[in-house]
Amino acid sequence: MQYLLMLHAEEAGWERLTKEQQQQGAAAYMAYGEALKQAGVLRGSNRLRPSSAATTVRVANGKPQVVDGPYVESKEQIGGYYLIDVADLDAAISWASRCPGAGHGTVEVRPVWTM
Amino acid sequence: MTGDSFGEWMRRDEPETYQVRSQAGDERARAAAEAVARRSYGKLVAFLAARTRDVAAAEDALSEAFAAALADWPVSGCPANPEGWLLTVARRKVIDMYRGQRRDEHAGVELRVLGFGLDEGSAGGEVPAIPDQRLALVFACAHPAIAANIRAPLILQVVMGLDAKRIASAFLMSPAAMGKRLVRAKEKIRQAGIPFRVPEREELGERLDTVLGAIYGAFAEGWTDLAGTDGARRDLAEEAIFLCRVVTELLPGEPEALGLLALMLHAEARRRARRDSHGEYVPLAEQDFALWDAAMIAESEALLRRASRMGSIGRYQLEAALQSAHVHRRRTGVANWEEVVQLYDALMAVAGSPVVAVNRALAIAELHGAGPGLAAMQEVAGDPRLAEYQPYWAARAELLARGGARGEARAAYEIAIGLERDAAVRRWLQQRQAALTDRIES
Repeated sequence: MQYLLMLHAEEAGWERLTKEQQQQGAAAYMAYGEALKQAGVLRGSNRLRPSSAATTVRVANGKPQVVDGPYVESKEQIGGYYLIDVADLDAAISWASRCPGAGHGTVEVRPVWTM
Repeated sequence: MTGDSFGEWMRRDEPETYQVRSQAGDERARAAAEAVARRSYGKLVAFLAARTRDVAAAEDALSEAFAAALADWPVSGCPANPEGWLLTVARRKVIDMYRGQRRDEHAGVELRVLGFGLDEGSAGGEVPAIPDQRLALVFACAHPAIAANIRAPLILQVVMGLDAKRIASAFLMSPAAMGKRLVRAKEKIRQAGIPFRVPEREELGERLDTVLGAIYGAFAEGWTDLAGTDGARRDLAEEAIFLCRVVTELLPGEPEALGLLALMLHAEARRRARRDSHGEYVPLAEQDFALWDAAMIAESEALLRRASRMGSIGRYQLEAALQSAHVHRRRTGVANWEEVVQLYDALMAVAGSPVVAVNRALAIAELHGAGPGLAAMQEVAGDPRLAEYQPYWAARAELLARGGARGEARAAYEIAIGLERDAAVRRWLQQRQAALTDRIES
């Protein structure tokens, strides 16, 4: 089954880290990505630009309404994702709990509705 | 070969008695189906659902298979292997459901999965033994990804086959709301890919706690019906004991599972003694212990001894040991409050809660007097969880009364009475409160 691990974290948190801490954090994410690859479960992954770069679009009365900012204004925003393919929820939870994002934020585990 | 064929039996009937015998045949078929349901329901659901993670489909297919059995068995005779008969029919129903696009996703995959497992066993009419995957199903229902408050109801429905209406009444919920939440939980198991398996050794402890907690939760709901007049609740206590037996059979090396079974058997053994002949509430200290179920108590004690030899103490073993100490005291008339307080100390260390603290305070009062008991109770008095907990207010009232603080005692009884939902217990509390007033007036 495929699961999307969505990394929610406080956006300002990264900026508050020292350079050294940021390097450490980046290395941890690199290692995590490598582990996913080695295990053969990684299907895709990306870091997202901050929510200040987000644009929200919806169509109302046939007209697109374009708004600056994320869908939900909140301190915590999605900062990245991993798409993994594993046997079941327990395996997905086990990978989510190893994600550095689970340490400084929250990882949401969502099964993918495969078509 | 079948030894139990309704068909053969009915063909022997005289025409004039046919109607009567046929009815008897129906009843026997129904009894046979009910016996299989009782014994194998969870096993069949588990086998079907483990392959698809689709609990709802397994339940639907099985209930159709039972309906088919009630139509078929009185006519063709009760099959030699009723379990296998039901499973074969139910598997076909599941396959039909998927072919009929009941499920949108993975239809092909699911069909392949369903093909795996038992062969139809048509040659000898013998169906191989169905592997018992109930425990895997229990662990799926008690998965941390399932909302905590629906785990016990889910297990009762899926593994024990209780219907939503009875579960709802036992958990004081509307059947519609309970039904909705059960459906949602089953959807979650299917969609989120919750596995059907007993967890690995390293996480078994924590996950088993959840399972035992759900079983105990079901038992506690059943236990609150003191009179045993509410059928749904009484059944719930029995079902919880039955399910815990299943867990101890499948995981014989888990002392806490044995401890929980011992604890529930101890409580259940006293059910009849909790009411007098007029239906009035009788507290433990005044119960006629001739009414206790001695065999149940003996089994409980043996379980507890077996658990303690495994050398890993836990919450349920300690609670069972407390039950055992109370029984021993009543039977021998020898006060053992020191031992009781020690057990509560251990329980506080392992699984401390305001409820444990209140009970510990009562034991301290028996050992050292009302003053020290009240002082111990005072330590947790501010806990918001106690504000609506009837036994806390009753215990507090009791100790205040013993200490001579009658005004405060009366007020505490008042709150306890207001919180109690069982009429007989309410009357008993009112009597205690009234006795207090008499003492003040005299």
